[in-house]
Amino acid sequence: MKSEIRISGLGGQGVIKCAYIIGKAASIFDTKFATMTQSFGPEARGSSCSAQLVIKDDHVEYPYLQNTQILVSMSQDAYTKFETEVDDEGLILIDDSLVHPTPPRKNIRQYAIPAMKFAEETGNKIVLNIIMFGFFVAMTEGLLDYDAAVKAVETSVSSSTIDMNMKAFNKGFEYGKSLLEKEALQ
Amino acid sequence: MTGKIKQIKTVPADPRGVLTGSHYLDGDHAAAEGCIAAGSRFFAGYPITPATEIAERVSARFPRIGGIFVQMEDELASMNAILGASWGGAKAMTCTSGPGFSLMMENFGLGIMLETPCVLANVQRGGPSTGLPTLVAQSDMMQARWGSHGDYEVIALVPDSPQECFDLTITAFNYSELYRMPILIMMDECVGHMTERVIIPEADKIRIVPRRYTTESPSTYLPYKADDDLIPPMPPVGEGYRFHVTGLTHDEKGYPVMNAATQKKLVSRLINKVKDHAEEIIITDEKYMDDAEIVLLSYGITGRVAIPAIEKAREEGLKVGSMRLKTVWPFPEKRIREMSKHIKGFVFPELNMGQVVLEAERCACGNCKVVRVPHAGGWVHDPEVIYDAIKEAAK
Repeated sequence: MKSEIRISGLGGQGVIKCAYIIGKAASIFDTKFATMTQSFGPEARGSSCSAQLVIKDDHVEYPYLQNTQILVSMSQDAYTKFETEVDDEGLILIDDSLVHPTPPRKNIRQYAIPAMKFAEETGNKIVLNIIMFGFFVAMTEGLLDYDAAVKAVETSVSSSTIDMNMKAFNKGFEYGKSLLEKEALQ
Repeated sequence: MTGKIKQIKTVPADPRGVLTGSHYLDGDHAAAEGCIAAGSRFFAGYPITPATEIAERVSARFPRIGGIFVQMEDELASMNAILGASWGGAKAMTCTSGPGFSLMMENFGLGIMLETPCVLANVQRGGPSTGLPTLVAQSDMMQARWGSHGDYEVIALVPDSPQECFDLTITAFNYSELYRMPILIMMDECVGHMTERVIIPEADKIRIVPRRYTTESPSTYLPYKADDDLIPPMPPVGEGYRFHVTGLTHDEKGYPVMNAATQKKLVSRLINKVKDHAEEIIITDEKYMDDAEIVLLSYGITGRVAIPAIEKAREEGLKVGSMRLKTVWPFPEKRIREMSKHIKGFVFPELNMGQVVLEAERCACGNCKVVRVPHAGGWVHDPEVIYDAIKEAAK
């Protein structure tokens, strides 16, 4: 089983941190292998920025994406740039308070969360990426173990902000769960 | 006849420097942890992408464990500072990339001439000149071999993952003490900036080679008198040993003697202390080699990128093996020469336009095909291109 994931947005939104936490959850608090690579140019400091993750049950050889299965976008530029590379059967997760999506191609499943709006409601926009991470954990259904995801957040943020970040994580996770439940009822 | 390298009793790593456990680290940070675990407590450097994170992590970690980090005015000074620190008794390291590596070359040669244990990591990026600061290449491999003037041998280790950045940095420090010379770690931007799980063992599982000090008394000690294995033991500082070091051609006393006989004796020993111990220095990672008729040679990130191509070829019945060089210099020439007599060909992808492959061609002596798979850098190979080269070698 191989999952190829791109996390994208603007430099400063915590795009790379979000990818780091996903990789850490999979490879430190679970038994998978996760290789993360990231944009390193000036784009990582303000304009479109992205990180790539390859998660496998065994050793990752080729470190970059060959077939993007999951795209997370937190900015319009990033969505426009990377939407085209997503596999026809892939999954796209966006923040629809920041991205105006196009109708999904082929069999792509596309879900949205108003993550920035939620972040502003918590009083600190900095947790946007953690809300997206919670949403990611819910929507990828079992790719990451829930407990591993929680530990990855707790060990990746400063100790004084753990509560704030865990609230953000659960906000994203619960929103995702409710979307999936609604979909199941339809 | 050169003796086997003297076995020095290893000691466990200092637990204060060892972050035992599983970490999600990039290659640069893992190399920094390897440096600390190996017992280094002196680091001098000058920031440059994509090597800065090594220095950055060391600078954050050293003050808590009694290490000294100095951000120098440039790369020339950085290299010189670690040579001085090493003579003062420290295990010392620096790191750089592309243009900085060029600047370090003169004093790297001084380190070779003075036989100074230390470690230099080059996180390779695209060149020439400033080239591609944030993008991968493996195009300094021949510079690593021949970049400083004069005749000498080098030892260069090449990691393919953050885990190996940690492990091989420790090996580099150990080699630097065993062979009494600067050791190169030839990383690349992809490995340096790639984040993966790194397992750091308990301190007593990490074996450290301590400095090989002389057993002679201060009155009889000669700083460049080598043992049977061609390695001259070093003097402990502050214990009454008086010595002189110079970049000029010197005799066993360490004083300049500039004539052909002394030059021959010294340069031959600098070369033979590596050449005659090549079998002990060379480390490879091999896969599918038992039945291999085609051998894919590689090092660093390119070895990983080649695996999907090798597996695709094997699924089609092509007997391809992988021999990834963790030690590129000294080059495993005996092994390649021997193998060339029995196989159809070598395939050698590199992120340069053809550097280490020249060595494979030299050693194969026309006995079998050697297929080059050059790449100018900026990204890694497409595994399909490597697969096509394997098919070409199989024809």
